[in-house]
Amino acid sequence: MIQDMIAIVRDYWLLLLIGQYPNGPLGGLANTLILSALSIALAFPASILFALARLSKSPLLRWPVTALVYFTRGVPLLMLILWSYFLVPLLTGADVPSFVTMLTTLVVYQSAFLSEVVRAGIVALGPGQMDAARALGHGYIGAMRYIILPQALYNMIPSILSTFVSTIKDTTLGYVINVPDLTFAASQVNNQLLTQPFQVFLILAIVYFAICWTLTYFANRLERRITRRRAGLLNVPAALVTPSKIVSEQL
Amino acid sequence: MSGFDLSAILGNPEYATMLLHGIEMTFIIYAGSWSLAMALAIMLLAIRLSPFRFGDPLVAAYVSYHRNVPTLVQLMLWYFGIFTLMPNGVATWLASHNAEAIFAVIGLGLCQAAYFSEDLRSGVRSVGPGQMEAARALGHGYVSAMRFVIMPQGVRNALPPLINHSVSLFKNSSLAVVIGASELTHAVKEIENLSFRTFEIYLIGTVLYLFFSLVIMSIGAYLSMRADPARSARA
Repeated sequence: MIQDMIAIVRDYWLLLLIGQYPNGPLGGLANTLILSALSIALAFPASILFALARLSKSPLLRWPVTALVYFTRGVPLLMLILWSYFLVPLLTGADVPSFVTMLTTLVVYQSAFLSEVVRAGIVALGPGQMDAARALGHGYIGAMRYIILPQALYNMIPSILSTFVSTIKDTTLGYVINVPDLTFAASQVNNQLLTQPFQVFLILAIVYFAICWTLTYFANRLERRITRRRAGLLNVPAALVTPSKIVSEQL
Repeated sequence: MSGFDLSAILGNPEYATMLLHGIEMTFIIYAGSWSLAMALAIMLLAIRLSPFRFGDPLVAAYVSYHRNVPTLVQLMLWYFGIFTLMPNGVATWLASHNAEAIFAVIGLGLCQAAYFSEDLRSGVRSVGPGQMEAARALGHGYVSAMRFVIMPQGVRNALPPLINHSVSLFKNSSLAVVIGASELTHAVKEIENLSFRTFEIYLIGTVLYLFFSLVIMSIGAYLSMRADPARSARA
């Protein structure tokens, strides 16, 4: 059993790692990681804008984004993927690779989820920070840019890492629209071997576990550090306590 | 293909039957996996709370595996992997009894149990140690203190995450389509293949999922209100 698994890894490691590349599109684990990283990188700025819109006083900004967040939370990701699969080519009028379709879906989905995290982070700071920043003469944008967001985003780092983990897990759903990722590569291996599905899918599970567990572990450690720093229990130079303090010293 | 026309699907008895069957199957999978998950979660919590320490690493490993491996991969491992390793008699019986749905229930249930048990655990942990001391001082034994003092408060604390995870379990039931269970997403895809009315059928499917998710959220909100009116009024 274990020998079978070692043999599979020995024979197919390259396919699992990068897919058909360079004879075909990049795939495998590399594609999974690129897809996850790109979706977080794009979803992150969008989520900040969404959060600010949801906290804004103007209903014109607040309502559409609130509707989007509720919609995204109420509908399975699989359903959103099927929507994009059908809508994105229709809107762009071109043949879109499944990678792009999946990326679009993940960005929309994760930015809706992350925006809730950002919003919670901003609300958790309390109104005093904003009041103080305004009293010091900052405008709304200046206060957000220099006082509120640096603190809120710093406290959010663990949540962003966890979102990264769930994005990696979500990329597996690209399987239904044939995104050439790690899951796709594993099912290709399975189709070639035919006789050892358990071994192949166990390898797949182990690889995902190794990556996600490592990231979760770091997220938890960071979270503890940040909680301790906020509570003032960690003995660190004052300038390093929060990014906002560094900023205020520069000012 | 002409313009937007919902009646092309809803007015067609064949498609309507497929949709209803899909909804029914989604609910069977949801109810089955929810019950399995909750039963397992309570067992995992009992092991964690028991004074015997040797079960703890096992529970931690269980939770860690199910939280760090994508649910889809867990389902694939069950259906494409473990299913093939089962003895012939069991496999034949399963195959003739809707194996897809059974493995969807098993896979989703085992996975969700990890989340439920963590929710319950953090709910119980947030009950202060004074509660247990006070209960013991009033003459309750350990079991009775747990039953009447700690657990009611713990479950109440755990309600909000439990509700969120119940909604995500409902949404995750759509993953069963990948192992071939004939639930709602499956029905939507089938009808799309037959009718070519992509926009309409996706819209119907999406609205159905959204509607049932909102129903589950509302039931959850109602339960939270019943459990703790003061806190709900503040929120």
